[in-house]
Amino acid sequence: MSDSEKKKPNRRDFIVTATTAAGAVGVGAVVWPLVDQMNPDASVKALASTEVDISAVEPGQSITVLWRGKPVFIKRRTQDEIDSARAVDLSELKHPEKDEDRAKNPEWLVMLGVCTHLGCVPLNDKGDYGAWFCPCHGSHYDTSGRIRKGPAPTNMEVPKYEFVNSNTIKIG
Amino acid sequence: MSDHEYTPKSKVGKWFNDRLPLLTLANHLTDYPTPKNLNYWWTFGGILTFCLITQIITGIVLGMHYVAHADLAFQSVEHIMRDVNYGWLIRYVHANGASMFFLAVYIHIFRSLYYGSYKSPREVIWIIGMLIYFLMMATAFMGYVLPWGQMSFWGATVITNLFSAIPLVGESITNWLWGGYSVDNPTLTRFFSLHYLFPFLILGLVVLHIWALHVPGNNNPIGIDIKKPSKDTVPFHPYIVIKDAFALLIFLLIFAFFVFFSPNILGHADNYIEANPLVTPAHIVPEWYLLPFYAILRSVPDKLLGVIAMFAAIFVLVILPWLDTSKVRSTVFRPIYKQFYWFLVADVLILGYVGAMPAEGLYLLIARVATAYYFAHFLIILPFLGLKEKTTPLPLSITEPVLGGSADMAMARNNSDFKEKL
Repeated sequence: MSDSEKKKPNRRDFIVTATTAAGAVGVGAVVWPLVDQMNPDASVKALASTEVDISAVEPGQSITVLWRGKPVFIKRRTQDEIDSARAVDLSELKHPEKDEDRAKNPEWLVMLGVCTHLGCVPLNDKGDYGAWFCPCHGSHYDTSGRIRKGPAPTNMEVPKYEFVNSNTIKIG
Repeated sequence: MSDHEYTPKSKVGKWFNDRLPLLTLANHLTDYPTPKNLNYWWTFGGILTFCLITQIITGIVLGMHYVAHADLAFQSVEHIMRDVNYGWLIRYVHANGASMFFLAVYIHIFRSLYYGSYKSPREVIWIIGMLIYFLMMATAFMGYVLPWGQMSFWGATVITNLFSAIPLVGESITNWLWGGYSVDNPTLTRFFSLHYLFPFLILGLVVLHIWALHVPGNNNPIGIDIKKPSKDTVPFHPYIVIKDAFALLIFLLIFAFFVFFSPNILGHADNYIEANPLVTPAHIVPEWYLLPFYAILRSVPDKLLGVIAMFAAIFVLVILPWLDTSKVRSTVFRPIYKQFYWFLVADVLILGYVGAMPAEGLYLLIARVATAYYFAHFLIILPFLGLKEKTTPLPLSITEPVLGGSADMAMARNNSDFKEKL
């Protein structure tokens, strides 16, 4: 053992190390395509944004559209709902977020209709806060889609979206 | 086959090995005594195992994206080529992998023919190998149908129609194979199912093939029996492992050349046209690895007899161990057989060539002569040559030609039955 510790690396050590390194790169180059093929493909990515016509939505109404296979709630809020969402003290919230940050245009709330607990779709106009209630495990959300009571850890997610014009929202 | 008792060194290893002797198996595979004169023609067993695993892995991946439906299959293959991440690579590896698999299996089979690896006591290895080969052809054929292009559809139509040659029940059998009155969606879905199943049957047969090999041990280029383990053998690991790995790398270079530089050269452009039951392509041929059998099929002017000849061409290989009457295994010591061996190689290549050409005129004549010679080789030349041929003297051991004799008298005794023949 003491002999080999003193021994300088010889040509065979170099060949073994170089071969192993080249082999590792080769294996990686073979494995990665086999793993990556399961990621979202180009046809799925091509559907990554959705444009929604909101001209027919009346105040107090909510529509649900499909984006990336998930429901997106687009709610046109009444003034009462906006006021109640903005009046809440952030210290009362489990996941503190200002309503101003969640709804840039206060009349329109756009969010993923997916309960952050285990992924069910919450019901509209239900629950202790008169907004959304998840029937699976009893999470209550307020008029800003923020978690107020129940097992869900965070508020319902607000996706990236923009108003293309006053009647059209582009999600994604 | 246990040459010696094996006991794992660690306590956990011993505990586990007493309950499931996997470590004993691993030890057997590592120490397995191998003739030390194996040449590179013996590396194709390992290469073929690699090919099978590659086809299974890429096939499972393709199965995640492919849709087995007559209306969707063609689109889903294009979807794999264009949209799926690295889908083009995985499909090209799978498609060219089939060709590489057959290239390797043909070399492997002709290795056996040259060195007499099919002879006693290795007949069962050979027969299992032929079963694997037959299943490979069936699997490759069904896989070629799945993209549902023009060649897929008409290839399926022609091959399934072979069974319509059977008297009386032919039509019922083809309708049963098709699940209808022509090749259609039910045919496609059952082909997909079986194409997924067969490789695993092949895998099981490969295990039996290797198991049967490990009972008598490897044949070798001079084809004599050797004592194991002895001065004539080396342990499988590291000697054969390294040699197999090096050969595999060279093989992969060729494989990669096809995949990356000419992925479609072995295919047919017509298969990028979606299947159309109303129009047959002008020139329809199977994949290259089936061409010799296709040539035999077409060289017989009678429908039923053509089909029989084609299947007989495969079956004659199965009974080969009993057709070759020579007790000397290696062609090295059979000067006359050596010439006939190369005639056979040329004959099969010629059959492959005329199989790709139109079945008319000179091509048809050549195909008929080559077909006749193919059967004559196995049914006439081999049985008589084995009895008549004067073989050259066999060495007593692998080392003898180098060292001028074996010190091991037991080995010399082992070979006494060969000496009597000389």
